[in-house]
Amino acid sequence: MNDMRILERAVQQTDIKISARKVQVYYGEKQAIKDVDVDILDKTVTAFIGPSGCGKSTFLRCLNRMNDTIDSSRVEGKITLDGEDIYDKRVDPVQLRARIGMVFQKPNPFPKSIYENVAYGPRIHGLARNRAELDEIVEKSLRGAALWNEVKDRLNEPGTGLSGGQQQRLCIARAVATQPEVLLMDEPCSALDPIATSQVEDLIDQLRSEYSVVIVTHSMQQAARVSQKTAFFHLGNLVEYGDTDDIFTRPRDPRTESYISGRIG
Amino acid sequence: MNSERHIMSAFDRDLETVQALVVKMGGMVETAIHDAAIALETRDEELAEEVRRRDAAIDALEHQINEEAARLIALRAPRATDLRTALTVIKISAILERVGDYAKNIAKRSHVLVHMPAVESSGMALRRMSGTVEGMMKDALDAYIQRDPELAADVRKRDLEVDQMYNALFREFLTYMMEDPRNITACMHLHFIAKNIERMGDHATGIAEQVIYLATGELPDDARPKSESVTRATLNEGED
Amino acid sequence: MSDATISAGAPASQPRASLLVPDARTRKRNAAEARFRAYGLGAIIISLLALVVLLFTIFGGGIGAFRQTYLTIPVTLDAAQLDKSGNRDPEEIKKVLTLAYGKILDQSLQAVIAQNGIAIEGIADKDVSNLISKEASAQLRAQVLADPELIGQTIQARVLVNGRVDGFYKGRVTMESAARDSNTSPAQLQLAEALKDKGMLATKWNWSFLTNPDASDQRPEAAGVGVAILGSLYMMLVVLFLAVPIGTAAAIYLEEFAPKNRLTDIIEVNISNLAAVPSIVFGILGLAAFINFAHLPQSAPIVGGLVLVLMTLPRIIIPARAALKSVPPSIRDAALGVGASKMQSVFHHVLPLATPGILTGVILGLAQALGETAPLLLIGMVAFVKNFPAAPPAGLFDPASALPVQVYNWTQRADPAFMERASGAIIVLLIFLLCMNLFAIFLRRKFERRW
Repeated sequence: MNDMRILERAVQQTDIKISARKVQVYYGEKQAIKDVDVDILDKTVTAFIGPSGCGKSTFLRCLNRMNDTIDSSRVEGKITLDGEDIYDKRVDPVQLRARIGMVFQKPNPFPKSIYENVAYGPRIHGLARNRAELDEIVEKSLRGAALWNEVKDRLNEPGTGLSGGQQQRLCIARAVATQPEVLLMDEPCSALDPIATSQVEDLIDQLRSEYSVVIVTHSMQQAARVSQKTAFFHLGNLVEYGDTDDIFTRPRDPRTESYISGRIG
Repeated sequence: MNSERHIMSAFDRDLETVQALVVKMGGMVETAIHDAAIALETRDEELAEEVRRRDAAIDALEHQINEEAARLIALRAPRATDLRTALTVIKISAILERVGDYAKNIAKRSHVLVHMPAVESSGMALRRMSGTVEGMMKDALDAYIQRDPELAADVRKRDLEVDQMYNALFREFLTYMMEDPRNITACMHLHFIAKNIERMGDHATGIAEQVIYLATGELPDDARPKSESVTRATLNEGED
Repeated sequence: MSDATISAGAPASQPRASLLVPDARTRKRNAAEARFRAYGLGAIIISLLALVVLLFTIFGGGIGAFRQTYLTIPVTLDAAQLDKSGNRDPEEIKKVLTLAYGKILDQSLQAVIAQNGIAIEGIADKDVSNLISKEASAQLRAQVLADPELIGQTIQARVLVNGRVDGFYKGRVTMESAARDSNTSPAQLQLAEALKDKGMLATKWNWSFLTNPDASDQRPEAAGVGVAILGSLYMMLVVLFLAVPIGTAAAIYLEEFAPKNRLTDIIEVNISNLAAVPSIVFGILGLAAFINFAHLPQSAPIVGGLVLVLMTLPRIIIPARAALKSVPPSIRDAALGVGASKMQSVFHHVLPLATPGILTGVILGLAQALGETAPLLLIGMVAFVKNFPAAPPAGLFDPASALPVQVYNWTQRADPAFMERASGAIIVLLIFLLCMNLFAIFLRRKFERRW
């Protein structure tokens, strides 16, 4: 009956991976995130969209406690990973970040060889017992990032010698090398040209069969192309969260409608 | 929801253009229905000819609206309400084109009927039916302009009336045809005309449904009000 | 549809000028820029001229220190005078003082003169014996003590001639000035000339300038920068092993780990201030703290080194911090994102990238420390040191000198030959500084391409 509905993409799992309740984030006196409640599902790509300064990147960085590096930041509320509170005093943020990987806006490979870039994480977390196992992990991660065939003959060349799209895929390989459960991506394609962007987006689509992916993006088209669930942030509030199809064809909140159709911000 | 302007003002202009075309096309179709009904009633050959000619312009408008809508989708990447606007514009213009064709068909048959003896009592019924359908079409288009789902829902309900009127006319024509075989040709034409008007009513309902989709994001779930008796009618039932 | 249209009837305000002809404003601006470039060029030329004049003066004055006049004569090491007991017993031989060796040299020279039939009018015995440097007898004695078997033999000895004769060959001394001079005479000069004609006297390249220790006022010909070089080297070692780790660690802590509060701000301000403190103040500090309070030996490289460490610390911390700051935060974020701790991120990623900058800062700091004079004067390194300090670490506590201090010392002496020595020492210092700076540039270039 609903012949207007956009073709639904299969969402395989609906378990909740990360759960946030009543999250507030302050930078000094200023409140950047207000009362956010959201459930990030496993094996799903969730997109955070919203105008500049709405808090989506801030909230993303809460999920792997990267905000800890900023002295003036303060997080209240509860964020759980598989039911465990990640802000509990007993949690070591370093260990958390091995389970929740992050890819940044500007590709930032280490100025080391491609092999070293991918091997660094597993090495410091002791994921490989010997060189052979490390080689395996490196190959698996590079394959997982759709980069293996392009670099398998030059693993010892510096990572910074690759093209922009390849560098970002290298960063993705680096992030999956620590065998995380969740991948956080902060505008991963904004520094890339359209073809590299498409390659990374295709990769993200493949990644969702193994990881829960959260992607912050400025491009609504990208959110529409790549995600199954979308959350719209505005002025620090989570305004609407739902299936991507619904958000883009029949959003419920007028603020979402305005933003989606290009009427504000 | 649509009260704010787009940041990209060319987008607003494109939307206004395509919707204005739809409204224009709707107006032309309303005129065609009205004129076809009058031509039938008053046995006005010239008016009928006029209606037939003007259909070309209606078809051209549909073509133009499709072009504009394709351009809108390709260049502006419309989402949410704008997306629904682009999709409904295509559907509504297709519906309107078919209604225009029915009006042209009615005019064609009127042309033929002029040269035949009149079948008296059917005239009033047909006039009532076409009047209702004209009203439905006008309200559907008004509902479109105002994005009014309630008015559109009302239009849907009125289709039942039109169906009932058609059923009555169907039985009446059967009776005439059985009474006097010389009436058969005329009654057949009149029947087709009645069928066309009934289809126009269905199309007006279709437009109303698109309006509801546009305004709310959902097509109405419930089935259209329909009267099924015609499909079950047999010669035996018509006999008393 | 809403495009503004320029009304067709409006007249153009001015005819458009051709691109090919510059207008008045552009010409003025170009002229101003050309003038500015000329000023810049002029400034550079003036600086270069000053540099050229400086180098000329120094090299002109100092190159002479590297050439020295030697006398090569057969010397008979008479056993009767040197080893009376005849046992070649080192203890016995040691008892023979330099005076005896002086006599030996005297006799040998006289023998040469007689053999070659050199007859100079008005020459006195004193002139002959004074021809040879007073230092030579000590050097000969050292040679014999090192190898007692030489006694009884006749060896070809190469000995220094005295400062005035050396000066004659370098243009400082003339026949006329020799007549007035108490340390030499025209006859001595003529003798020297005669010996030169016979091929026994020559002015040669003098490597021993670099290896000899300092010499007393009477013997400028024997003075060398050997002790000064060692002293400076020891102090540089102290600075290297103390200032570099402390400075680097402090920079890392301040840049990466210190919380951003008032206390850290105060520390940073004070470090910047320390870099601007006049160096002589550090000398006073060294005097009070290391010599008076800690009772470390005066004139020792350890004290000089410690004072230089204090001076060099801010000069290492500040560039090291700048190098650390210049590592883009994206690298740190990437390391943290992969699950590295702060310490791992700093030591595995930030520090390797900052190392070239830190190294450059270290080398430049060392180069500056090498040339510091004022604080060393205050802690007493201006003394006259003739003995080489021992090997470190014990040698750090022996008295020594330093290159810049040696320069100062020599310029205070009366004999103009010491001026030449001072310029020679400056040349040595400049060469060291140049090498260090070139090394810093080389390091910078080599590592810069890495990321």
